[in-house]
Amino acid sequence: MTIDLFITCLNDAMFPRTGEATVKLLERLGHEVRFNEAQTCCGQMHFNSGYQEDALRLVRHFVETFRDAEVVVAPSGSCVGMVRDLYPRAAEWAGDEELLAEVNALAPRVFELSEFLVRHLGVEDVGAYYPHRVTYHQTCHAMRILRVGDAPLRLLRNVRGLKLAELPAVEQCCGFGGTFSVKNPETSTAMLADKVQSVLSTRAEACTAGDNSCLMHIGGGLSRLQAGTRTVHLAEILASTEAEVFA
Amino acid sequence: MSAGGIVPRQSFQEAARVTLANAQMRRNLGHATTTIREKRLRAVSELPNWEELRDEGAALKDHVLANLGDYLLDLEASVKRRGGQVHWARDAAEARGIIADIAASHGAREVIKVKSITTDEIELNAGLAERGIHAIETDLAELIVQLAEDRPSHILVPAIHRNRAEIRELFRRKLGAEGLTDEPKQLAEAARLYLREKFLTTKVAVSGANFAVAESGTVCIVESEGNGRMCLTMPEVLISVMGLEKVLPTWQDMAVFLRLLPRSSTAERMNPYTSFWSGVTPGDGPREFHLVLLDNGRTDVLADEVGRQTLRCIRCSACLNVCPVYERAGGHAYGSVYPGPIGAILTPQLLHLEDKNANTLPWASSLCGACYDACPVKINIPEVLLYLRGKITEEKPLSAEAIAFKTAAWVMSEPHRFEGAIKLARMGQGPLVRNGAIHALPGMLGGWTESRDLPPIAAQSFREWWRKRPAPEMRGTDGDAQTSEGEPIAPQREDGVPL
Ligand code: SF4
Repeated sequence: MTIDLFITCLNDAMFPRTGEATVKLLERLGHEVRFNEAQTCCGQMHFNSGYQEDALRLVRHFVETFRDAEVVVAPSGSCVGMVRDLYPRAAEWAGDEELLAEVNALAPRVFELSEFLVRHLGVEDVGAYYPHRVTYHQTCHAMRILRVGDAPLRLLRNVRGLKLAELPAVEQCCGFGGTFSVKNPETSTAMLADKVQSVLSTRAEACTAGDNSCLMHIGGGLSRLQAGTRTVHLAEILASTEAEVFA
Repeated sequence: MSAGGIVPRQSFQEAARVTLANAQMRRNLGHATTTIREKRLRAVSELPNWEELRDEGAALKDHVLANLGDYLLDLEASVKRRGGQVHWARDAAEARGIIADIAASHGAREVIKVKSITTDEIELNAGLAERGIHAIETDLAELIVQLAEDRPSHILVPAIHRNRAEIRELFRRKLGAEGLTDEPKQLAEAARLYLREKFLTTKVAVSGANFAVAESGTVCIVESEGNGRMCLTMPEVLISVMGLEKVLPTWQDMAVFLRLLPRSSTAERMNPYTSFWSGVTPGDGPREFHLVLLDNGRTDVLADEVGRQTLRCIRCSACLNVCPVYERAGGHAYGSVYPGPIGAILTPQLLHLEDKNANTLPWASSLCGACYDACPVKINIPEVLLYLRGKITEEKPLSAEAIAFKTAAWVMSEPHRFEGAIKLARMGQGPLVRNGAIHALPGMLGGWTESRDLPPIAAQSFREWWRKRPAPEMRGTDGDAQTSEGEPIAPQREDGVPL
C-alpha cells in the first residue's frame, strides 16, 4: 500500500527520529512510504487556543496537501484527533460547506500509527526487539477521541525483550493540553507531578506513548527531576530490531 | 450583587493558585474524587444499556430545548390548575425580589432552604438578608459551607474540600456541639438536632428543583438525607425556584432521568429520597406553593446552536469528579456556584461572554475529554470549550499572543516559510540550550519552564533527513534507513544526548 506520512510540525522540528522510525517501520512491513513536502501543521494549536480563523488556513492547507492520498498515517494521536474530530467542526463553524465536504471525504482516511497497524493492516507483531522495561501512557486523544483502545498495548506485547509495566491511573491526563500548560502552568504542573509519580512507581526505564506532545511534557518533568526514566515514542520502539536498536 | 453567585472575582489562574497551594484541600479533593469516580464506574457498568440511556437522555433534553416555550407554558398552566402560583424571573435580581416579597408578605424572619444551587446562583441568601430575613441551609453540606462562611466548591457535595476534622471543629464552634468525634454519624446527629428545631418552627421554605413535569405541574427533588423532604412538607409556604431548562414533558421522561442521575452523581442505583409535589393539597403539606422560573441568561444560551447543549445538564456532577483540572484546582477556582467542566462552559455563557474573569474558564481545561465520556446527557464539553474559546478570542483586541498565533499560522501555511522558521529557531535557541535541554524560556512561554525542561529543536529536521535519503535503489533491500552521512543510526538523539 502507498502510505502518505503526516509527520506533524512538532515531530518534524523537534522529534525527527520518530518520523524516521515511522518510515523505517512501515517500509519494513513492505509498504511504500511517501512524504509530501508541502505539509506543515494540522492547526491544532491554533484551533485549541481559540484562533479559529488562523486554524482554518492550516486546515485548508492540510486538505490541499493530502486530498489525493490513499491513506495518511501520523505518529501523533492528538493531530489525527484534530483532523478526524475537529476539522469537521472547524469547517462547520466557519460555514464553509465546500471545505466540510472535503474534510468529510479525507478525515476517515487519516490514521494514528498504532490503530493503522492493528485495525487497518491487522498487524500486531511488527518484529520489533527492545530489551527494556517500559510503561505505556495512554494519551487522552488516542484514548477518548480516536478510541485506539488496546492497539498500542497489543503491539508492545509482541515486542521481543520488552517488559511491559502497568502504569497506575493510566486514564489520567498528563496535564499538557497544548497551551493549557503555559496558560495554567500551576494546574498543569500539579497534574504532571502525579503523572511523573505514577511513571516512576513502575520502575520502568522508559515511558512510551503514541504522541510526542504528551511525551515532551512527561519527559520535561522527568528531566527536571533528573529521574533516570526517559520517554520514547512508540514508533521508535516498534522500529527497533535485534540488528539495530532504534530508540 | 445583580448577576448573582456566578460572577468570578478572579481569573481561573489566579484563583486556582490558592487551592494548589493548600495541601490539605488538595488531599481532601483528590481522595473524594477518586473514591466517587471508582464508585460511579461500577454503578454505571451494572447497566447493560447505559450508552442507550445516555442517548435517550440527550435526545429528550434536546427535544425539550427545541420546544422549551411550549413546555414551560404547559407547566405554568398545570401548576396553576393545581392551585400553585407561577412567577417568571428574567434575572437574578428579579428572582430575589419575587422570593423576598413572598417571604416578607408572610412576615418571615427566617426561611429554611434545600437544594440550594439555583438559589446560590441568584445569591438569594444575601438578597433575603437585605430584607432582614435569615436563610438557613438544611442540606448537610450546604449547612457546613454556610456555618464556615465559605463558598460551595462542588455541585453535589458543596463541602467536598473539607474533611471530617474540620467539620467537627466547625460544629463545635458554631452549633455549640461539644464532645463530638469525627464519626460521620455523630456529626450528622449534631446537625440533625440543630435542624429539627428549624423544621418545626419555620413557616417559609425555599427549594430548588431537579425536574418539573409539564403535563402534571409536578416538581421533583432527589436527595440523600431526607432533610429535603422535611423542608418540602413541614412549612406553610413553599417557594421553588428552577432554571427554565429543568422542565420535562411527561412522567415517562422522568423515568429516564431518575435512572441517569443517581448513578452519575452519587453512584447509587436509586437515590434514597425522591420527592414530588404538585400545587397544593388541602390538609397535606404547604398551603401555598410558588414556582419561580428563572431565565438569568438561559434563553441566550438556548439561542446559540453550539452552546445550547449546555442546557441539557442535569447537575449530576459526574464531570467534576472525573476532571483532572477540577481535582487539582478545586471548585473555588471556578469562582462560580457552577464549578468544574460544566461551570467552565455554563458560567461564561450565562454571563453572555462579557465577564473578563468568567471568560478565562474555557481555558481551564486540558481537553482530555473525560467529562464528555462521563456526562449522562452527552454534553460535548470539549467541543463547547473550543467553541467558546473561539468566540472570546474573536472579540479580544489584538494581543501579543494573537500576533504570535497569526504569525505562526502565516508561517505554517507555507512549507518553505515553516522550514525557514525551524532553521531560525535552531540558530536562535543556542544560548537557551544547556546539556541538551532548555531549562528556561522567555516571555509567554515561561510558564512551561517553571517546572519542565524542553528538548531543543533537532539538529536535523525530519524533512531535511528525508531529502537526504538515498534513492530507494541505493538503500538495502530491507529498506533500512540510514542517515544521509551513511552512519548507522546509533541509540542516541539527534542532538547528541545519549539515551
Ligand atoms: S455537564 Fe453532564 S456530567 Fe456535568 S453536571 Fe451536567 S449532566 Fe452532569
